[in-house]
Amino acid sequence: MPQIAQLGEFYASQIFWLVVFFGLAFFIVGRGMVPKVMDTVAHRDKQISDDFAAAEQARREADVQEEAWRQRENARRAEAQSLIADARAKATLASEKRLGEAQRVIDGKLGEAEARIAQALASASAEIENVATDAARDVIARVAGITVDDGAVRSAVKEKLAHG
Amino acid sequence: MAAEAGKVDPMHQFTIEPLFGTEGWQLAGYHIPFTNSSLWMALASLLMLVFVAGGMKRQLVPGRWQMAVESFTGFIDGLLAANVGPAGKKYVPYMFTLFMFILFANFLGLLPLGVIGLHAFTFTSHFSATGVLAVVTFAIVIIVGFAKHGFHFFSLFVPHGTPVVMIPLIFCVELISFLVRPFSLGLRLFVAMMAGHVLLEVLSSFVISTGNANIGLFAIAGLPSFILMVGICALELLVAGIQAYVFALLTCVYLNDAENLH
Repeated sequence: MPQIAQLGEFYASQIFWLVVFFGLAFFIVGRGMVPKVMDTVAHRDKQISDDFAAAEQARREADVQEEAWRQRENARRAEAQSLIADARAKATLASEKRLGEAQRVIDGKLGEAEARIAQALASASAEIENVATDAARDVIARVAGITVDDGAVRSAVKEKLAHG
Repeated sequence: MAAEAGKVDPMHQFTIEPLFGTEGWQLAGYHIPFTNSSLWMALASLLMLVFVAGGMKRQLVPGRWQMAVESFTGFIDGLLAANVGPAGKKYVPYMFTLFMFILFANFLGLLPLGVIGLHAFTFTSHFSATGVLAVVTFAIVIIVGFAKHGFHFFSLFVPHGTPVVMIPLIFCVELISFLVRPFSLGLRLFVAMMAGHVLLEVLSSFVISTGNANIGLFAIAGLPSFILMVGICALELLVAGIQAYVFALLTCVYLNDAENLH
């Protein structure tokens, strides 16, 4: 077993060169390079987490903005709704007023027309009375040969007309 | 290489040989030749350097290579965060180096370089190498433990709720289990790597010797061994990753003891 057989001859060489090369590796690679590699990793991790934080921040800001926008929008919508309701109420009022006016004009015309009709009716019935009185007097004069008083004939005709 | 008469020595692959005529190198009286083991340590370090350097573009959107490097650092970071907590962050350089060094060493040792005439060497199959890593880890645990908690660190050896009478006994038991840690840590990796390599070598020796003997023997012993080798190679790749992970994980657990007591 060379490990034991050669121990006396080579132990110093083994220890010396191992210390030399392990030491070199430790100081050049371990102390010199590894911290830089770890730095790079840490730097990258930091950058990633910073980016994440920034993205999170931006998202939160966007949420706030959106909320504000929503509130503004809601307020505007409510305003618009109230404007519309106002306009509608005004329009309704105005149209009701105009309708009422038109109704009044129509009512007035109707009343006038009715009055004219009533007047025409009254004059027509007076005409009929006159004609009937004249006719009755003539009939009496021809049949009975008597001249009857105009007033009496008129009242008799009036009575007959009234009672049918 | 292989011993005489076509026999394969399964342990020969672990032999350390000085390279490039550095046989006589000395430092303060110690004999430190640059061996094949040292070469593969160098290659593991170099590969780690190349691998991590390839992921240093520092792009915001990583490419494949950068992604691979970052997933390894992220894995170590996660391991420490899960086992040690926020205090574990400062051990990332050490843990990363440890894990990648062992991982690349294990994988490099499994490279089929024999095909092109080279010989891969797995230095993690030598306890003289894994032991150093274990001792370094253990030293960090002890230094951090005492620096952070002072003598209060000894309370690690007395679990909560221990009856007063039992404290001396429990203290000894816990102390022994604590002191065994560097050995178990180093030996586990060494044994796992060596066992796999020996197994592959033994099976390949079956394939070679039955193939040299006759076709019938090859059919009943050599061929199944070869098929088994394919499976075991896959298993060894898994073990290479798992052992590196286990070493790193246990280091985390021990560091947690030092950082947070319990």
